[in-house]
Amino acid sequence: MNHDPFHWGRPSDATYGPYNHQIAHASNVNPMARQQQQSDFPTMHTQRPMMTGTSVLAIKYQDGIVIAADNMGSYGSLMKLDNVERLLKVGQSTIVGISGDLSDLQAIQRILNDLEIDEAYDAGDDEDTIAAGLKANHVHEYLTRILYNRRSKMDPLWNACVVAGFDDEGKSFLKYVDLLGVAFASPTLATGFGAHLAIPLLRQRVDSEADVKNLTKADAIQLIKDCMKVLFYRDARSLDKYSMAVLSESDHKVEFHKNVKVEDMKWGFAKGIKGYGMPQL
Amino acid sequence: MPGLSFDNYQRNQFLTNSAGYNAPKATSTGTTIVGCKFKNGVVIAADTRATAGPIVADKNCEKLHRLAPKIWCAGAGTAADTEMVTQLISSNLELHSLSLNREPRVITSLQMLKQHLFKYQGHIGAYLIVAGVDPTGAHLFSIHAHGSTDVGYYLSLGSGSLAAMAVLERDWEPDMTKEQAMNLCAEAIQAGIWNDLGSGSNVDLCVMEVGKNAHLYRNHLTPNVREQKQRSYKFERGTTAILKQSIYNLVDVVEEPIATTGPDAMEVDS
Repeated sequence: MNHDPFHWGRPSDATYGPYNHQIAHASNVNPMARQQQQSDFPTMHTQRPMMTGTSVLAIKYQDGIVIAADNMGSYGSLMKLDNVERLLKVGQSTIVGISGDLSDLQAIQRILNDLEIDEAYDAGDDEDTIAAGLKANHVHEYLTRILYNRRSKMDPLWNACVVAGFDDEGKSFLKYVDLLGVAFASPTLATGFGAHLAIPLLRQRVDSEADVKNLTKADAIQLIKDCMKVLFYRDARSLDKYSMAVLSESDHKVEFHKNVKVEDMKWGFAKGIKGYGMPQL
Repeated sequence: MPGLSFDNYQRNQFLTNSAGYNAPKATSTGTTIVGCKFKNGVVIAADTRATAGPIVADKNCEKLHRLAPKIWCAGAGTAADTEMVTQLISSNLELHSLSLNREPRVITSLQMLKQHLFKYQGHIGAYLIVAGVDPTGAHLFSIHAHGSTDVGYYLSLGSGSLAAMAVLERDWEPDMTKEQAMNLCAEAIQAGIWNDLGSGSNVDLCVMEVGKNAHLYRNHLTPNVREQKQRSYKFERGTTAILKQSIYNLVDVVEEPIATTGPDAMEVDS
């Protein structure tokens, strides 16, 4: 018996030979004609992100959501832009934080703006009620469909987005969607480097939906601030200037804080350290 | 001839690419390991999961190795490499220390390890956090497989190092007490255990304080105990019917009391 789990469930190699991967590319097309096609795939555009934004973080607290994203536009290892706003307000109830390619971020911005305009036709003239019917769960579903369809055409919008806001019942809504069309919800979300560095810290306080009601607004804001600090320490493509939005469920308000600076950093951690091991003479 | 032999490289390449044979998967430690200095010493900690690809090979392995009684190291990377390189340098360190008639120093073990690993150009996949106390004080270093070393007051290595480093960056402060440092390291390892798939099970800790013996806390925390099984799977006696029973005395048992006191007692001091 072959104890390797990766060899279970298919006819044995010894009897039938190794799996023939040509089966996946089998085609009736005349081999000569195939050569004229440049490739088997349809036209592709963004395949490598150029200008990028780094992590987006978000956490649910007892009365809503706190979401943050820094203001950096990186061109590879060059800090090209330091004033990019990556948190987009859509309608009255939603903030979409977008990381990844910045040109695709602007494409999504246009798409969501068009959506807002379409929704605004049905509302009154009061600025506070324009597109009031457009809720976070609608925005998220729309974005998911767009992203998944683009990926199915092998022409993705190279982004990872976090949609934070209020749903039809006015409850907090926090969901993630990315360039593959993968969508999932969790009380704590982060994209990019934040997934590795910030999620462990966020999950220390809010491990599951049940812990959300124990987190106060001040604690949630402090937690996000700490995470942005750790990200500035350890993410080589991050900036200490960021935007943070606090959404409160009770009064349906969205507080938008711009140009927040990372504070209380300790850079004296290497005081007294010389060299890299044995004292060099 | 020293170094690794690459004679079979071409043959192995052919086997993997054209003949469809896969190279054996090395057992890696997955791992979260951390080290942290405190006021009068240093503490290192590690998780206890060893992985072979996506499978947990060992749920409770020991990643804290002893280089010398007061010099311990935590190893990440290929499990066999961390184990063997640690044993080799530990052995050489002891001979060195006996020959010089001095307590072994952490920088000695560091130099021996880096010179060995550099010689093998990173093919020995050992990523170590080395810490200890010696006559010069408390030290904390990290070594990578290619032979580079780093100094720091707090370090983390392994697949869970980002999760652990997030905790260390937020909560480390200079001049902590022993208990604070132990708690910080335990929290950092737990961040790795819960958030990294390559790390899991329990937390091992080792505290090396100046002027004291090193103290290994094996399974200091066990937050992943398997739940009690639903029923007992023991077969009762009689499940298999006994047809015949024969008892053979293999030896003859003779009891002879031995007097320990009195005139007949054994002479033990002559």
